[in-house]
Amino acid sequence: MFFTNLILALVVLTNLKLLGSSRLGASIRVVAAQGVALGLLPILAHWPELSVHFGLLAAGTIAIKGVVFPWLLFRAIREAEIAREVEPYVGYAASLVTGAAALGAAFWLCTRLPVPEGLASPWLVPVSFFSIFAGLFLIVSRKRAVSQVLGFLVLENGIYTFGVGVAVRTPFLVEAGVLLDVFVAVFVMGITIFHINREFDHINTDRLSTLKD
Amino acid sequence: MILTLVILPLLAGLLAFVLPQPVLRRGLLIGTALMHAAITAVCWKATPTPALDGWLALDAAGLLFLSITSFLFLMVSFYVAGYLGQEANRRAMDPEEGFLFDNAPEAAFIGCLLLFLAAMTLVTVSQHFGLLWVAIEATTLASAPLIYFHRHHRSLEATWKYLLICSVGIALALLANFFLGVAATQTTDNDFPMVLPNLVAHAANLQTPWLKVACVLFFVGYGTKMGLAPLHTWLPDAHSEAPSAVSALLSGAVLNCAFLGLVRVQQICVAAGLGDFGRDVWIALGLISLVVSAVFILGQTDYKRLLAYSSVENMGIIAIGVGLGGVGVFGAMLQAVNHSLAKAMLFLLSGNILTRYQSKNIAKVRGLLLAAPATGLLWLAGFLAITGTPPFGLFLSKFTILKAAFDGGHSWIAIVLLGFLAIIFIGMTTAFLAMAQGEPDKTANQGEDRWWQIMPPAVLGFLVLCLGLTIPAKLSGVLHQIALTLGGAP
Repeated sequence: MFFTNLILALVVLTNLKLLGSSRLGASIRVVAAQGVALGLLPILAHWPELSVHFGLLAAGTIAIKGVVFPWLLFRAIREAEIAREVEPYVGYAASLVTGAAALGAAFWLCTRLPVPEGLASPWLVPVSFFSIFAGLFLIVSRKRAVSQVLGFLVLENGIYTFGVGVAVRTPFLVEAGVLLDVFVAVFVMGITIFHINREFDHINTDRLSTLKD
Repeated sequence: MILTLVILPLLAGLLAFVLPQPVLRRGLLIGTALMHAAITAVCWKATPTPALDGWLALDAAGLLFLSITSFLFLMVSFYVAGYLGQEANRRAMDPEEGFLFDNAPEAAFIGCLLLFLAAMTLVTVSQHFGLLWVAIEATTLASAPLIYFHRHHRSLEATWKYLLICSVGIALALLANFFLGVAATQTTDNDFPMVLPNLVAHAANLQTPWLKVACVLFFVGYGTKMGLAPLHTWLPDAHSEAPSAVSALLSGAVLNCAFLGLVRVQQICVAAGLGDFGRDVWIALGLISLVVSAVFILGQTDYKRLLAYSSVENMGIIAIGVGLGGVGVFGAMLQAVNHSLAKAMLFLLSGNILTRYQSKNIAKVRGLLLAAPATGLLWLAGFLAITGTPPFGLFLSKFTILKAAFDGGHSWIAIVLLGFLAIIFIGMTTAFLAMAQGEPDKTANQGEDRWWQIMPPAVLGFLVLCLGLTIPAKLSGVLHQIALTLGGAP
């Protein structure tokens, strides 16, 4: 219970840090840390019943979110020679205020839904909703392609938190499939970022605006 | 047999990445497509046994969409083999802005195409909701590199939008899956498998609030992929920038895969007594799609975008059909079949026109009937088919949906539908007739069309015509079965 709450608190803090930070390198590390913390969640949420299933899931999550993704994204920003987000559509202070509002909305939403009893922590559901809101907000408010991928990862982390903590019956095959899909998604996005960088000499998606009616 | 259907294109796709000879790769593509279509045809004779504890099974809806996917892929594979013979590993001039660009390596293109088929097949045979999600996301990932075949900035932009918008949408559908899991926590069985027959059987025990939220998120998630407005923003870009054969598959097969995902959700809603709630969402999204597509079809200057918006329109009509229930569902499924065939035909033809005229601008294409008689005639036939002129199949399916609306006491839906269909008809007529008639300029006279440019669209067009004249008893039986699972005897 204590460790689960600790992880959830860490998730909230990392989300707020991402909303207020302009440094891409730091943001990638923060998302990696969040991924590793969440990787431990399946083991802690079901403590003390340990199983190979949760062990494998935790190992896979930590390896992919803690090692492979940061490596991939660091490569992308090194190739593009960028270190910072450029003037996002919503400023950092405004982003933080929005984040605080989203946190409140997440807690309010949980009072409206019949949350199942006997969860590892009463914070599981609101924190997962907060991550989802924060991820969606990062995707729409940032210009760098890398930041949008980070937003996608935060969104996915939020959904993962809910899946692991609340919907415990997901079979192993599906969990492995989800992890594989997320891995391939970020991999393909990484390759696309590489191409965007080569084509435009930068990776700001606001320049991707030729196609419209 | 079901496992073979999924594994065959998967292995062939991986093989295509390493095969050294272009001829071998194209042979592999057509060979796999032929075998896939043959196995699918056998499935109509005898229902295959479920695999993996019932996770993979072929019900009526799955069989219908599997058949559409498999057949379209076969036709497209002929076209692609010819197209790659002409386009692969070549530096090309961009017709719009006049810069040079490379095309993607052929091995990667064919490999991704086959993996794409494997993912789509998995969508149609999945009975497990988690697996269905994994498969639908896999179709996005396998098709993204296909859109970026022409390596230039516009296709890159389209690919990025497609990847990001669809991934985010589908991520929300994953959340919906978990909500559905929570909705099922009250059921007696402690180890509750999330397979469709099981969920339908225990639908009455599902918790209504969670099921409703799950339903809305499924609509947002899979609706994005299906191209329902206002979630369609990726669709015109991806369809206009991808190679025409890929656009044909995106429009004819992928949109259907996402639609199938939503049909599964509606099946549970109906069984849980939330059928009306689901139907309202279907009709609302359908009407919005109709309005949005009508606005963008009128005065559209790019013929591939025109076809893309017509896909949004048709998905809207299908959604309205499902929302009406009963006979409407029958009409919607028929519309899905007809639309896939007709739209794939038109996209393949748009590829012929693009290679001949080197422009996607409607105003730059003149005298198609004189410059390329075969393509021109098929283009006109395709126009008549897609707008629902008799005797083509789309007339029958649109008529069925309209009749369902009048009979069900939803006259206002029928009148709105008719009004927008008329507006869209006018918009399409101006574009298509202007392209077909007139005197072609010099650039357009490049000799005859090749056989691979004519055969696939001609076969597709012929089938739409046949479906307008008579519906085979077997097909009609399958459509009735689907209509039954969505509530209301047709």
